[in-house]
Amino acid sequence: MSSLKIIWSILVKDLRVEWRNRETLASMCVFGLLIVFLFNFAFESAREETLRLLPAVLWVAIAFAGVLGFNRAFASERENACLEGMTLAPVDPSTIFVGKMLANLLFLGVAEVVMAFAAALWFNFSFLPALGPLLLIAFFGTLGYAALGTIFGAIAANTRMREVMLTVLQFPIAFWILMLSIDSTANAMRGGPNSDWFGGVARVAGISLVFTVASFLLFEYVLEE
Amino acid sequence: MPPQDHIIKPVLEVRNVTKFFGDLAALKEVSLSITCGEASLLYGPNGAGKTTLLRMLASLARPSSGELFFDGRNIERDGNGAKAAIGFVSHATFLYGELTVRENLKFFGSLFGLSHLEKRIDGALELFDMRSRDGVFARDLSRGLQQRASLARAFLHDPDFVILDEPFTGLDHQSVKKLEDLLLRLPEQGKALLFSTHDFEQGAAIAGRLIALKAGRVRYNGPLAAAPFANLGIVRANGRKSDE
Repeated sequence: MSSLKIIWSILVKDLRVEWRNRETLASMCVFGLLIVFLFNFAFESAREETLRLLPAVLWVAIAFAGVLGFNRAFASERENACLEGMTLAPVDPSTIFVGKMLANLLFLGVAEVVMAFAAALWFNFSFLPALGPLLLIAFFGTLGYAALGTIFGAIAANTRMREVMLTVLQFPIAFWILMLSIDSTANAMRGGPNSDWFGGVARVAGISLVFTVASFLLFEYVLEE
Repeated sequence: MPPQDHIIKPVLEVRNVTKFFGDLAALKEVSLSITCGEASLLYGPNGAGKTTLLRMLASLARPSSGELFFDGRNIERDGNGAKAAIGFVSHATFLYGELTVRENLKFFGSLFGLSHLEKRIDGALELFDMRSRDGVFARDLSRGLQQRASLARAFLHDPDFVILDEPFTGLDHQSVKKLEDLLLRLPEQGKALLFSTHDFEQGAAIAGRLIALKAGRVRYNGPLAAAPFANLGIVRANGRKSDE
């Protein structure tokens, strides 16, 4: 119960900080929209092409917007050594991880809604027929990606070239989540009786949970010097 | 009820601790213990290892070798008891610039699971004359006011062990005096105080015990009055003057 209160405190603190400076969410949304717009501009928006390209376009936009957000998430912690300040309290490092991850998940989730709405508009495509499977894929894919972003964001926060380091460290591992998410999203969007959307959701959920649990367990070592 | 002297006081203990940063040994086989009811001054020249030792006691750094114990329990394996009992002020304020002073204290208080939090926050703010500035964003405070907010944060959970690294940094004369008075009262309240300052006379006016560090080694650990100042390279001044 006390762990839940601590997680809630960290989440509320992150939301309050974001509300005050409005940097993370705004930059994530703008950057994500730019990517979606550029891809829309670059490719023809015929329906077959859309179905083939849109999942990749969306997940690439999510991936890059996420990196921006994860970097920002630890900028306020880096300032005045606040992350160290949190570790002065008798709290389990994993609760700090969950609090930070939930904030990242929320910010990225909001940015995804904005990007998906823009993509539907610009690519002239409706997500509604496959909304259920797509929401599940988006949730699990984002969960795993946010978990990796949280742990690698914390690692990169203490390095000199942190913006570069986060990308270099995170992408080789996040590749597996992104690849399965793109594949499953394309599958769900195709729809029809042969669409194995449940298998796709299960695969994304499986790999995301593995990375989330691993990040949860390893976070205490990241907080050490 | 047992007499006061027989009550076992919690002890913060450092046993043969060595700390390396790369090839550089910041601390070399340091052993000492801090007991409730005493005020200790950690003194030494720049690079002596004071900050490293204080950070280690506050569980912010791990020793390369050796062990730290709180109440007989190894801090590395079970550090939460020590963390709950320690209030630490460092060079960094640990304050979120986008949060007000009160919001910062509320956040850190919630991490400690404190009850009657608002009342405690009022008390801590009162202690450091920050009541009138509780709604100010930490980023908008001057360095001295940030230090006072940081001190309020460290005293919020009423710690038994108060560990302060250069606590007088940035404080004006009035705040220094107030902090000195507060620190002087801590041993009477049964609390342990360990602090570092570059102004030896200022520290000597508060502490009863001196821990002198030089090049990562403890050169002296005992009553301040009995310290061999000449051997330690400490020149006592009539006025307040650092020997460094």
